[in-house]
Amino acid sequence: MAESYAVEHEASHPGLQHHFANMEQQREAGTLGMWVFLVTEIMFFGGMFLAYTLYRSKYPEAFAVASNHLDIKLGAVNTAVLILSSLTMAMAVFSTQIGRLRAQVVYLALTIVLGLVFLGIKAVEYHEKYVDHLIPGTLIPGNPFNPHLELPTGVSMRHVEMFYWIYFAMTGMHAVHMVIGIGIMSVLLYFAAKGRFSPEYHSPVEVSGLYWHFVDIVWIFLFPLLYLLGRHLGGHAG
Amino acid sequence: MSEHIVSRNVYLIIFLSLMVGTAITVVAAFQDFPGPMNVIVAMTIAVVKATLVVLYFMHVRYSSRLIWVIVASALFWMGILFALTLSDYWTRGWL
Repeated sequence: MAESYAVEHEASHPGLQHHFANMEQQREAGTLGMWVFLVTEIMFFGGMFLAYTLYRSKYPEAFAVASNHLDIKLGAVNTAVLILSSLTMAMAVFSTQIGRLRAQVVYLALTIVLGLVFLGIKAVEYHEKYVDHLIPGTLIPGNPFNPHLELPTGVSMRHVEMFYWIYFAMTGMHAVHMVIGIGIMSVLLYFAAKGRFSPEYHSPVEVSGLYWHFVDIVWIFLFPLLYLLGRHLGGHAG
Repeated sequence: MSEHIVSRNVYLIIFLSLMVGTAITVVAAFQDFPGPMNVIVAMTIAVVKATLVVLYFMHVRYSSRLIWVIVASALFWMGILFALTLSDYWTRGWL
């Protein structure tokens, strides 16, 4: 039985696994599997978005004060960087689909560079929070949460600190996903440079692209929620 | 079902729309809208941007029904997560 399948596959692409009938079925199964994984990722981040929603609805003033201490320019630039990286990722998939393999390598490399720029800007922001004693709890030994903030009456510093717990949990997990994404892109770049992907076989580029765009979508929600809401109340920002 | 290749122009239009959406949401954040309108405006823009990414960058618009069902299931269970939890927390003050 197994041999008859093997014979049937001889005429087809070397990238075809023996348990698939043809490349089309293999590609669709891969895409489906990636989407199922992304659903679990949506639920994973969903829990944190829910925590944010609950605490923000409970302590809106404290969250506005805390949010106004984030650097809106760096946040906006990083949003643009990620959106641009999603474009280069989409173009990497497109280039593979139409067989422009040089362009594919260039776009994958650009995606990695933009991912690194995002993480670099994020590191600058984290450092600013460290300098301003905004790292919550005692995560950093010797530098506990102790910002010099003017609080409106009735606003507790503990609730400002809660915002920063959520901020670091969400942007931190997002950054971890970026690091993993850059790792995946590096592997893709290595194989792309060796000419492994083609219009007939580009599933790895396609499904890695789905992951990259998902991480972009998470940031599309994080940016307004963390940086922008409460901005119109103004005033208390440091 | 053969694969649909999204054209370069579509990608560029989506990219520009996402950039414009980002600019609008930043400008809108500094306007003092009445009541909860600031949250509603910001979240509406974010949902529109995310939808554009899912439909075009992630090719869902051109994907099989099965992919649509998977994506819808994610939104459905997110809805349960939020609806049940918030219906608890947001109604505790009613007692």
